[in-house]
Amino acid sequence: MREEIIVRVGAKILTPFIIMFALYVHFHGDYSPGGGFQAGVILAAAFALLALVYGLGAVQRVLPPWFTRLCAALGVVIYGGVGVVTMLLGHNYLGYNALAHDPEHGQHYGILLVELGVLVTVFGVMASVFYLFAGRGRRDS
Amino acid sequence: MSTVVDIVLLTLLAATGIALLRIRNLFAVVMLAGIYSLLSAGLFTVMDAVDVAFTEAAVGAGISTVLFLAALALAGHHENRPGHTPLLPLVVVGVTGLALVYGTVDMPGFGGADNPVHHHVADHYLEESPHEIGIPNVVTAVLASYRGYDTMGETTVVFAAAVAVMLLLAGRRRSRAAAGDDGEEGGAGHR
Repeated sequence: MREEIIVRVGAKILTPFIIMFALYVHFHGDYSPGGGFQAGVILAAAFALLALVYGLGAVQRVLPPWFTRLCAALGVVIYGGVGVVTMLLGHNYLGYNALAHDPEHGQHYGILLVELGVLVTVFGVMASVFYLFAGRGRRDS
Repeated sequence: MSTVVDIVLLTLLAATGIALLRIRNLFAVVMLAGIYSLLSAGLFTVMDAVDVAFTEAAVGAGISTVLFLAALALAGHHENRPGHTPLLPLVVVGVTGLALVYGTVDMPGFGGADNPVHHHVADHYLEESPHEIGIPNVVTAVLASYRGYDTMGETTVVFAAAVAVMLLLAGRRRSRAAAGDDGEEGGAGHR
């Protein structure tokens, strides 16, 4: 597919919009359908599209495999870390009311943060798994 | 109107399912599986489960299709005919399906307002979440706040699944080096 100019240009134009859409789905998840999980999948799909068109090597220069593996673990740490922070502030584990003076704001921040953890993990996992599948045939040959 | 849409979507879903079973070209099978997911996403939208539809479209029709394609590049495009007759599996599937249909007879009517499932904790979520959580999307409120522990568990499961895939697929290069030292252990894990 690397010689098809329409596909190459189309993918290049679409990618920033896909990434923006993923961020929208995450940060607007309180008001509209979607959340961290869907955003993570869409974000990973943007890089999968680039890898399909421009080849795995080009994408891995931008997004190296060690970084996606780090993301997969980091998201769980973010999620669990929010719980630890609320505990240190004297509330229950994952009791978001602790995060701000107004409980509703605390819930808002808490939900946004744990969903960010979900986003980072899901993105890291999806991208890592894609790299593993796509890179395997190459290494064998 | 929504009944017509339901019938059309379910008919297309059944047609796609039958085509999936009959076609031996795996490339076409992968594409049909993506279409199947997209049709399911349409059905979920008709049922007002937009969050589920969103996930189905992104994961089922998006990422899994790409992963299947990547797997096809390794495994080849053609599926061999099975060596056994499909009679026994057909009987097993038929009996299981009939048992499931029989099980639905006892269930309360679909979409009924007074079904037990709508009155366990759902009332509390719907009435109190605007004051307790303060965000309009109740699905997000339930997912990330009321059921925060569950979602953390799910995130951990996703992470654990990725670790398992990495152990299965990424160990190759290292095992080749290990095969030089002690060949037995290195090769056994993969085939």
